[in-house]
Amino acid sequence: MTDQIPQVIQRHVFSVIVDDEAGVLARVVGLFSGRGYNIDSLTVANVNKEQGISRITIVSSAVPQILEQIEAQLNRLVPVRKVVDLTSTGPMLERETALLKVNSTGEKRIEALRIADVFHAKTIDATLQSFIFEFSGTNEEINNFVELITPLGLIEVVRSGVVGIARGSKAIF
Amino acid sequence: MLQPIPKVQDEPHTDKRVVSKINGADILVKALRDQGVDTVFGYPGGAVLPIYDAIFKQNDIRHILVRQEGGAVHAAEGYARSTGKVGVVLVTSGPGATNAVTGLADALLDSIPVVCFTGQVPTHLIGNDAFQECDTTGITRPCTKHNYLVKDADKLARTIHEAFHVARSGRPGPVVIDIPKDVQLTPGEYVSPAQVTHKTYQPKTMPELDAIERAVELIADAQRPIFYTGGGIINSGSKASESLRKFARMTGYPVTSTLMGLGAYPASDPQFLGMLGMHGTYEANLAMHGCDVMINLGARFDDRVTGKLSEFSPNSKKIHVDIDASSINKTIVVDIPIVGDVGVAIEQMIKVWEKKKHSANKAALAKWWAQINEWRAKKCLAYKKSDTIIKPQYALERLRDLTKGVETFITTEVGQHQMWAAQFLHFDEPNHWMTSGGLGTMGYGLPAAIGVQLAHPGKLVIDVAGEASILMNIQEMSTAVQYRLPVKIFILNNQWMGMVRQWQELIHGGRYSESYTAALPDFVKLAEAFGGVGLRAKTPAELDGVIKQMMAVNDRPCIVDVCVDEKENCYPMIPSGRAHNEMILNSDQDISSKTPDEGLVLV
Repeated sequence: MTDQIPQVIQRHVFSVIVDDEAGVLARVVGLFSGRGYNIDSLTVANVNKEQGISRITIVSSAVPQILEQIEAQLNRLVPVRKVVDLTSTGPMLERETALLKVNSTGEKRIEALRIADVFHAKTIDATLQSFIFEFSGTNEEINNFVELITPLGLIEVVRSGVVGIARGSKAIF
Repeated sequence: MLQPIPKVQDEPHTDKRVVSKINGADILVKALRDQGVDTVFGYPGGAVLPIYDAIFKQNDIRHILVRQEGGAVHAAEGYARSTGKVGVVLVTSGPGATNAVTGLADALLDSIPVVCFTGQVPTHLIGNDAFQECDTTGITRPCTKHNYLVKDADKLARTIHEAFHVARSGRPGPVVIDIPKDVQLTPGEYVSPAQVTHKTYQPKTMPELDAIERAVELIADAQRPIFYTGGGIINSGSKASESLRKFARMTGYPVTSTLMGLGAYPASDPQFLGMLGMHGTYEANLAMHGCDVMINLGARFDDRVTGKLSEFSPNSKKIHVDIDASSINKTIVVDIPIVGDVGVAIEQMIKVWEKKKHSANKAALAKWWAQINEWRAKKCLAYKKSDTIIKPQYALERLRDLTKGVETFITTEVGQHQMWAAQFLHFDEPNHWMTSGGLGTMGYGLPAAIGVQLAHPGKLVIDVAGEASILMNIQEMSTAVQYRLPVKIFILNNQWMGMVRQWQELIHGGRYSESYTAALPDFVKLAEAFGGVGLRAKTPAELDGVIKQMMAVNDRPCIVDVCVDEKENCYPMIPSGRAHNEMILNSDQDISSKTPDEGLVLV
């Protein structure tokens, strides 16, 4: 009689508020590897020095039952203060920053600059042969930008991983 | 919103406050005393010498010297499981810590509260591959509930009190505190348990009343209900067992139990259907399969219990009470999840039941019991008796009957004997049955029995063992002799790793790969060599006399070598990968054709 939840893989963004103590990231990462959950992206940084709090954003793709498990399992960790599944709690924003090094000359160099301009990417370094662009956007926007700029001499990419926050006036902690 | 974080003793020391400092090792001993610890199981070594020095200078805490660190953790588990208190372990760095890992993993899976102190090389040597150094917190992270590396003596007392809180609160489990040797020798500030509250770890124990009310509604409307009870009831405390008994009597509903929950509901009660699962009773498993309302109280839908998930109790509404939210909807999706202490939940269910003046549907229940009694009439635990050879089931029946009326604590190793013990020894009280259910650790039973005996001097403590399992921690005989512990080791000796042999016989074409122990010791002489008593029973006629002799030993351990039928298999059995209603009752049924290919990969 129990209705089984449909088993469709979904991508969810989790915010995890943790005590900034030794080994806490290892606990979170170990939980994912030990239980076979997938990590698409992970970022972590201290957000409150005074109270010693760090915020981890994890993007994971899984079926709903596993996503529910991920939230429950994260909550079980002793230094975890709060877990919020941003994707299922309401409208949210996610951003990722990429730095892209493009080596080209002539037409390609001009086209690279033009594309960067269209995407509102910032040029943060330039030589006569190269540019470094800084670009922030959603995961998908970065993918699009990378795709367009690749044939124009892209030689190196670094991405920050996704950070996310719920829309509206309420704070999650 | 997060709760405001209480400021915990974080203010810096002012000149006005006189803080007397004691060194880390003394802090540890004082903290244990303040936590009410009376017994520590351990083994000394270089990195814990200061702590052993502190133990030497006091008399409040008794140290039990085991023979291998793994034994210390199992002993602490036995102590904890039989008392409801936290078990405490003290071992050295490196191999001391790694030897403890199995016990920690065992305590994690069975939710046993244990605090394990490990020595560590001095802070300045950490990371240098020093002598007897290992990354203890790294190694134990996935097999503990939580762990700590304490680098500051001022934080030691608080960490210890926190660790006890974490170990015993919510779903209990093992906690490791790794203490570098220099911290043990550095003066630090002592704080008492009352001064410490954990800043974040405050597990939810009160269930939502709304969910309880919906659950009671469902329970009252049930036509074919069953209580599926687990180890959570034991962990919740004796009051939870009392509440379960009361609620079961009020409703008149059948009760089954997991391996870990045995004793929470009296086995001698007619409403008890016996254990469920792979080697559970026919009536329990068929009732689970056929029920319309399943009331899971403190169990976790373990794979040994559910069998094939897609065919698990297909037509029931399910209520699941668990203190660990991650256990809910993990493998089985339930209709009414209730997060909280199972004892509190049952109490609230009783209150709602009484308040709403519910009563069971008598006609439907009578029909359900008639069906259950039909299943019971199969007598699924029946076995072929023999006058010439001891059947393992018979040995346990005699053990049960001859210990009747004597308060008895049973521990087990892992394998066939464990399942037979669960089936044939009847437990009427909680905390009297200690077994490695989740991890399935061979070698658990003897050290666990030592822990139980220390907690319950003068009581009858029996480790039901197999001859293969007992050899995994046989060194603990020496511990038992040292402390004059009259633990009884009742070996069902069939010369095989029985459960391995059974699976090889049933689903691997009788290819008995490495499951026979070709050179077993003489267990009678072995017992004597350790300074214990050794007895042997070779025929059914000798058995009663040997058991009586065993029970009369009261000042040292006693090994009983019961030579049992080596061909006997453990039935009934759900073939791996099959559903509850596909049980096999005895060897007359072919099991290999019943085991699907996907079952072969399951353990």
